[in-house]
Amino acid sequence: MRILLAHGDGGALTHQLVTKLFRPAFADAALEAEGDSALLASQTGQMAVTTDSFVIDPLEFPGGDIGSLAVTGTVNDLAVSGAVPAYLTVGFIVEEGLELECLRRIVTSMAQTARAAGVRIVAGDTKVVEKGKGDGLFINTTGIGWVPESGRLGIGLIQPGDRVVINGPIAEHAVAVLSGRAGLQFAEPVQSDCAPLNRLIHAMLEQFRTIRFMRDPTRGGVATTLKEIALQTGFDIALEEALLPVRPVIRGALELLGLEPYYLANEGKVLIIVGPEEADRLVDFLRQQDQAMAGLIGQVTIGTGNLWLQTPFGGRRNLSLMAGAPLPRIC
Amino acid sequence: MCLAVPAKVLEVDLALSTARVDYLGSQITVGTALLEAVRPGQYVLVHVGEAIAVIDEEHAHEGIALWKEWAKEL
Amino acid sequence: MNLMAYRDQALFADLRQRMVPRIEAKAETLGRKLRLMEVCGTHTVSFAKTGVKQSLAESVELISGPGCPVCVTDQTDIDQMIAYARLPGTIIATFGDMMKVPGSTTSLYKERAAGADVRVVYSPTQALAIARANPERRVIFLGVGFETTAPSVALSIRQAKREGLTNYLVYSAHKLTPPALQALVEDPAHQLDGFLLPGHVSVIIGRQGWHLLESLNQPAVIGGFEPVDLLVSVYRIVQEMERSERSVINGYPRIVQEEGNRVAQALLAEVFTIADTPWRGFGALPASGLAIAPAYQAFDAKAALAVEPPPTRLSKGCRCGEVVKGKESPLQCALFGKACTPENPLGPCMVSTEGACSIYFAFAGGTA
Repeated sequence: MRILLAHGDGGALTHQLVTKLFRPAFADAALEAEGDSALLASQTGQMAVTTDSFVIDPLEFPGGDIGSLAVTGTVNDLAVSGAVPAYLTVGFIVEEGLELECLRRIVTSMAQTARAAGVRIVAGDTKVVEKGKGDGLFINTTGIGWVPESGRLGIGLIQPGDRVVINGPIAEHAVAVLSGRAGLQFAEPVQSDCAPLNRLIHAMLEQFRTIRFMRDPTRGGVATTLKEIALQTGFDIALEEALLPVRPVIRGALELLGLEPYYLANEGKVLIIVGPEEADRLVDFLRQQDQAMAGLIGQVTIGTGNLWLQTPFGGRRNLSLMAGAPLPRIC
Repeated sequence: MCLAVPAKVLEVDLALSTARVDYLGSQITVGTALLEAVRPGQYVLVHVGEAIAVIDEEHAHEGIALWKEWAKEL
Repeated sequence: MNLMAYRDQALFADLRQRMVPRIEAKAETLGRKLRLMEVCGTHTVSFAKTGVKQSLAESVELISGPGCPVCVTDQTDIDQMIAYARLPGTIIATFGDMMKVPGSTTSLYKERAAGADVRVVYSPTQALAIARANPERRVIFLGVGFETTAPSVALSIRQAKREGLTNYLVYSAHKLTPPALQALVEDPAHQLDGFLLPGHVSVIIGRQGWHLLESLNQPAVIGGFEPVDLLVSVYRIVQEMERSERSVINGYPRIVQEEGNRVAQALLAEVFTIADTPWRGFGALPASGLAIAPAYQAFDAKAALAVEPPPTRLSKGCRCGEVVKGKESPLQCALFGKACTPENPLGPCMVSTEGACSIYFAFAGGTA
């Protein structure tokens, strides 16, 4: 069975979609109440709000799908701001003709991811667009969370001498998504790293007082994220290429395709700027939390907003913001 | 001017003139029509989806051995 | 087989310690830096990335040659290729390298945003697959690249003929490397001490493909791309400088053979004919390009399609033409790093990852 325009017109089919698919999957009292708005308990402290729209081809990929991605992306944006994520809203824009089964799998995966992250999906909306006017499915998620300790994190707290730590290997999501299109297979599992990080981040913040700032290196990759931090602070950031965790199988895929890992998307990674006195302990802590390839990858220095990549053979390269999407090249 | 990667041949499809190759655990199908002959276990140089050379393993070993020795001697 | 040994840091450090003083001694004897040209853009990138360039900076000036395919493609070819994107019922298939190259008025990126169907492929085989899947539409593959790339494109043309495909066309801007080098050697203004020759072009043409250069008695070494290869290649060029009778040295014998890849050579001779071709910076060079042979004319976009491209206009002040010849450093261009950056490139040398300008921009303080 496929999605029809009538699934989005607010009539009987819409009702069916809501009562048979969305409501049972998300199983939340706020949805059961069937109000025009979700009425929710407030919490103390600063409220954090973020929104993100998700567009990806293919909709389902090794290690995730657009649904798990939509929950993860928004949860992680809240978490890196120091917020404890609480509520999500979700908007679906479905292209006429999408397999209902596919939508069911994606909705189920959203619900599972949200439960695992401990956030509630409290409001939703569905629209259907004519065939050819959408890429199967677009999802928007808005997230609300509460910041237990305001002012704890901020880009302005970064100082020269601070260290840059990452919780695991990079470019895994991008390669997993690309692999189908590029006809790649792998001798060992390659999956999107798509995962909510809120619990991990909460645990880090409880133990490490000198964490200054965090950001998740999604689109644009580690390079674009750190370059933005360098530009905003006016300091330089120096990365050690040899310390950047990239699995050999991922490196192999990227060399075959003519791509570099620094600009490729991650969906379960966090870059942490931390005081030098706690950096090594933070890495140890992350490794104990099932983040085996976590590592210290660089440091903040006095400078003028540059991001440097120090190569193992003595070279130094200035990484810019990503200029357009990474394209496979022959030269 | 030309990015190319040395990959190990896993299997060869003579009918299609293609081979499955592995580079650091990533595997891809490449064309072999530009090679006179190729067999599993050999290494080939891959450029824009085609194998353009069979790599001479003996020379590869010799090359490194030579420079290692040279580096030690001096 | 441990091909990764050529990336071995310890071996590299040992070799550097022993080779660099000898290279420096040679420069001291001459009373100036050695001027060596790395012809291949991938070499330019590798030198900068690995830091081998910085290791040698005291005694060696590395000059980037005409080895970035996108950079040496003439503006008229670029304009023509972009103009095809506007034809109705047409799919443009291209390597990613071409997407952002600025034509006189637009780029493939901009054309795609304006509704053109432009698809990035990893291989000519994929372009052919697009043609099979879209029999009602015309697929034009943009053939840029040197001897390394041209055989794969030739395969796709031959395959299209065998399958009787009538909707697959190639625009060939393919170029041959030795004629450009000959033009450089014969230019007295250059004063190059030696050449690092492109390893992967040599896979196809063989060591013997450089006989013209050899007859000009130039110190020249065919080299690989790993850190150990780069260092050893420079060292061997310096050794060659000591000799009076020189031959082109094959410093990459694990991959390059004396006679090259004969299958590929035969295929190139079947599908293409050698033609005079315009190069950015050089102008027309005799017998330096590959045009599609009459027997394959049905697949030749130039023959099948007449599209009026916009009048060619080069970015005012862009020195790309001099940069690809190694005559000017990107730092001598007034636009460099100011009006022209990787985010907003005015010439192809700033677009391509292996264009000299983009490499100078990316690597420390312009010393790359």
